[in-house]
Amino acid sequence: MGSEITGIVVAFLIALLIGFPLGIYISNVFSGKKTLTDFLNPVERFIFRFSGVDPKREMNWKENLKALLSINLVWFVYAFVMLITQGSLFLNPDGNPSQSPDLAFNTAISFMVNCDLQHYSGESGLSYLTQVGVISFLMFVSAATGIASAVIFFRALGEKTTQVLGNFYVFFVKSITRILLPLSIVVATILALNGTPTSFDGRDSLVTLQGDTVHVSRGPAAAMVAIKHLGTNGGGWFGANSAHPLENPNYFTNSVELIAQLIIPFAMVFAFGFFINRKKLAYVIFGVMTVGFLALAIPTIINEINGNPAIAALGAQQPNGAMEGKEVRFGPAFSGFWSIVTTVISTGSVNSMHDSSMALSGMMQMLAMMINSFYGGCGVGLLNYFIYIIIAVFISGLMVGRTPEFMGHKLEGREIKIAALITLLSPFLIMTATSLAAYFNANHPQMAWAVQPGSWLNNPSYHGFSEMLYENTSANANNGSGFEGLGDNNIFWNVMTGFVLILGRFLPIIGPVAIAGLLAGKKHIPHSAGTLRTDSLTFGAMTLAVIVIINALSYFPALALGPIAEYFSM
Amino acid sequence: MSKHTRRSVKLFEGALVRAATGQSFTKLKPSLMIKNPVMFTVEIGTAVMLAVVLYTMITGDTTEGSLAYNLAIFIILLLTVLFANFAEAIAEARGKAQAESLRKTRQDTPAKKVSLVGEIYMNEVKVVPSSQLHLGDRFICEAGDVIPMDGEIVEGIATIDESAITGESAPVIREAGGDRSSVTGGTKVLSDRIVVEVTTQPGETFLDKMIALVEGANRQKTPNEIALTILLASFTIVFIIVCVTLKPFADYSGTHITIAAFISLFVCLIPTTIGGLLSAIGIAGMDRALRANIIAKSGKAVETAGDVDTLLLDKTGTITIGNRKATNFYPADGLSDKEFIELAALSSLADDTPEGKSIVELAAQKGVTKKPDKEIEFVAFSAETRSSGVNLPNGVKIRKGAQDVIRNRVLKAGHPFPDSVDKKVKSIAENGGTPLIVGLNDEVKGVIELQDIIKPGIFERFNRLRRMGVKTVMVTGDNPLTAKYIANKAGVDDFIAEARPEDKMNYIRNEQATGKLVAMMGDGTNDAPALAQADVGVAMNSGTQAAKEAGNMVDLDNDPTKLIEVVEIGKQLLITRGTLTTFSIANDVAKYFAIVPALFIASIPALQGLNIMNLKSPESAILSAVIFNAIIIPLLIPLALRGVEYKPIGASALLRRNLLIYGIGGIAAPFLGIKAIDLLLGLIM
Repeated sequence: MGSEITGIVVAFLIALLIGFPLGIYISNVFSGKKTLTDFLNPVERFIFRFSGVDPKREMNWKENLKALLSINLVWFVYAFVMLITQGSLFLNPDGNPSQSPDLAFNTAISFMVNCDLQHYSGESGLSYLTQVGVISFLMFVSAATGIASAVIFFRALGEKTTQVLGNFYVFFVKSITRILLPLSIVVATILALNGTPTSFDGRDSLVTLQGDTVHVSRGPAAAMVAIKHLGTNGGGWFGANSAHPLENPNYFTNSVELIAQLIIPFAMVFAFGFFINRKKLAYVIFGVMTVGFLALAIPTIINEINGNPAIAALGAQQPNGAMEGKEVRFGPAFSGFWSIVTTVISTGSVNSMHDSSMALSGMMQMLAMMINSFYGGCGVGLLNYFIYIIIAVFISGLMVGRTPEFMGHKLEGREIKIAALITLLSPFLIMTATSLAAYFNANHPQMAWAVQPGSWLNNPSYHGFSEMLYENTSANANNGSGFEGLGDNNIFWNVMTGFVLILGRFLPIIGPVAIAGLLAGKKHIPHSAGTLRTDSLTFGAMTLAVIVIINALSYFPALALGPIAEYFSM
Repeated sequence: MSKHTRRSVKLFEGALVRAATGQSFTKLKPSLMIKNPVMFTVEIGTAVMLAVVLYTMITGDTTEGSLAYNLAIFIILLLTVLFANFAEAIAEARGKAQAESLRKTRQDTPAKKVSLVGEIYMNEVKVVPSSQLHLGDRFICEAGDVIPMDGEIVEGIATIDESAITGESAPVIREAGGDRSSVTGGTKVLSDRIVVEVTTQPGETFLDKMIALVEGANRQKTPNEIALTILLASFTIVFIIVCVTLKPFADYSGTHITIAAFISLFVCLIPTTIGGLLSAIGIAGMDRALRANIIAKSGKAVETAGDVDTLLLDKTGTITIGNRKATNFYPADGLSDKEFIELAALSSLADDTPEGKSIVELAAQKGVTKKPDKEIEFVAFSAETRSSGVNLPNGVKIRKGAQDVIRNRVLKAGHPFPDSVDKKVKSIAENGGTPLIVGLNDEVKGVIELQDIIKPGIFERFNRLRRMGVKTVMVTGDNPLTAKYIANKAGVDDFIAEARPEDKMNYIRNEQATGKLVAMMGDGTNDAPALAQADVGVAMNSGTQAAKEAGNMVDLDNDPTKLIEVVEIGKQLLITRGTLTTFSIANDVAKYFAIVPALFIASIPALQGLNIMNLKSPESAILSAVIFNAIIIPLLIPLALRGVEYKPIGASALLRRNLLIYGIGGIAAPFLGIKAIDLLLGLIM
């Protein structure tokens, strides 16, 4: 058991050791300082000239958001068309069929918004063309969209008073050329060397010792698995995601994939500090995030190591902890740790079945996604955290008797209105979607109009409720993992989560960027002795308290009916 | 600071409570309630409960709970709304009582209106009620008259008793022209006769505006209050979502939740505590300002005061007591102390300035008394000679003046300026004093030292301001050397020496350009532009009408250090809102632990594990939570009205302190309260 814990600690520390200098590098890239990758300048210039972008043109926050939204719309249309026609297009050696419109709707949105909720199984639901040309492509651009929107936000907070916040297209292109592509090449190479397939051949078949013929799906998976983690996407090449032996062959690749999903969210926090030259603020934010993360991860690991009390009651020994739904090569501690990493960060790739986690572990995973800002997804995690900061600044500003201000800018009705709406959004989406599902399940269990065939909830009772809650939470958090006891490939779930996904993605980008843009346009107030420091431990604790209280109040009844009831019933 | 017991109103005075109780019911009107979204939703919930009670009563159907239980919930919810209304009403009533004592001073008093005949004002006086005076009218006041209306003296000088307004019994002098020409309605002329021009329309005086503010009638929400209302409304919406979605969740788990339970959960969760007290806090803030004898034009002005970064203060009267005083006599060589003191006293006999008087006083203390003599010819100070003195019948001319003036005259007359005197002059200036040279027939006879007396306790006050994060700036006409000395001694952060009115203005503009908020106090007409430019401009009541119009507050006490109190009142307002919001939200944790298990215990017995308070039954758990939720409002009314104390201990420390008291306390209090109520209910039920 000791070595399992050591493995986790070492992986976390390595991610930190890479994330910190990566943060400096990212800050340098976007503030135009000299970097190692400046040899890519001509490539970027070519891209800008080719696409008619003037990289010198600075845009205000509204123009930047317009650019962000319109380019995303283009990708959605492109992805949707490709998915409903893939069956008759090339690069489809296994002859997989086209997706149904509702599934394609869900899938296109899901990958565009960096969520990667998969209501299909990769090996049979997609062709190599769409795996590479749609899925992997969207994995890059969705992560780059997140990073670019965070950089707009950096720009807004980095200056005393400004209207222009840089150019979204420039940030976007550089996110890909300078950050995502180089890192992906490194990670993909490591994975390929460890046995993850990188071939365009169709599925292989072999005859086992027992004499059965087994078909093994393959494809150019290593490249996609790399960006899947680096870009905090999480959608698997294979249906079983990172629990699949080809997608995640061994303990070493498991650690690499875990580290890969941590480094950019880590780096973005540090990049923020370096970019706006407020290192202490970044350290406090990172500290709060880490405290929150550990508060979720440690109980989960303990729960998983201790095993299932219901099994223990039967008199069975569980020397390795709760092993249902877990891979022997990773073990319960690492699997439990991974399940929190992948949910605090909006990756959503899984190396164990979360559906089989202990009741309280399931709750921790859901809480991680409900909060969605302990590190969080590429770029967007910080934006989510910023909303909590705004609420914390407002309340604590009042408590010290001064009109609340952040970074020398006064917070007024308009900013609070936006922050309040974004705070509202998550409970609204998660709870209404779940209540719709619960309503139909309780009152119209057949739902023949939406579900073919029959019932879609495999587990009755509390766990079934958790499955529905988890699915919507995952969609809202743009996470993409699932409690897979849920039959979700049907019109009802495809369409409903499609809307949850798209609202849960773009509004939480628009809100913080708008607040930052509005703040940047205001007069700058110098720091005085009466100003509340936001880079102090006190304020960090305040932010943490705000995060805990808001989420506890929003989700307590729902969690009580799902995982908490399950826990007390065991 | 002057404390006026005259207007202190007890927190819950019988008459006020009665008036407020009546108002609590009047305020139930939905068109009034809707202004407070949080409490409005509670009112809707109460109405629904009324329907449930009636339904249960008529049909006898108990699927929604027994009649008694529903009735109890209904009554408690109604009380919750009433308590919130009461909080607002009592704050208004206190404000009204406060305003009433002001208004009494301006009841219809007879006014001796000067009638216009042709183009000139004739002293044809007609007595009319003050309500018939209009802008531009003139009236006469003589000794014993109550001034009927705010105005500006155009003719004459009078001593006036302003105690009705300020509570200060010492009479003040007001005269036409200059910076002390303004009089306030309700004050009383003690001597002499003045002609006053009305400067405001009836009902639009400063006082009228303030009365409307403390009564809550004309109260506009301040930006911070609006932002907080938005935040509270969004919390309310979150809880609407939580409660509405709970219905399908309950369907799924096969639980029937009664309407009473739904509404109770909702009312307990939404921030009713702060929602109910919010407007009371605002009104009480204005009330506190009024108690400090500050009249503010708007609530926003008071709140802005809490954010002030820089404070401009006049030296004279604020930092130092009145004027300079003579502190020492230094005779030139060859002259005895007594001889010189006699000369000095003689030179000041006719000098009516405070400095001159202080010289005579100091001489008297040293045993030298001189009486004015008919033989003596007085030479008053003039701008040309820049000196004053006396001509004795024997042809001796005694003059005193600033050292450069006397030096010139002495040297011109061919006399030397003694080195010892020169040294003394320098050492006095270096110590912040002002040297006055006394000359006899253009020969130097010695130096009088004048010193500024710094007000006791002022150093501590500036220290307190510094800890609040407010920078103090002293404005003085003194030379930089003297100014620096006094600035150091008094502990101000910066000073403007040899200040002209435009210097103040420029200083304010420069500070504002760097994003700072500036407050200043002024009285003269030439202060008006700076008062208007400053973010918080406090005009003294004795000041000119122009100054009063330009500022956004008027200080009835004419006390320049009042700004410090204004800053604290502004901060207190915000702190009270912030801490009660925190308290209100933190309360929800315990309420969840009371209500959620109660809702589901029948169908999911396992959730008994969440009943960590070990409440007796689901009904008693829900009742306890709603009762706690209701009675916490009246319990906190005193705090809301008094305001949470501001301590200048630094922002982070203050945040820690308030988080500990109102955050942690807010989590713990309802656990204890709900458990206690549950135990009590156990005895009854």
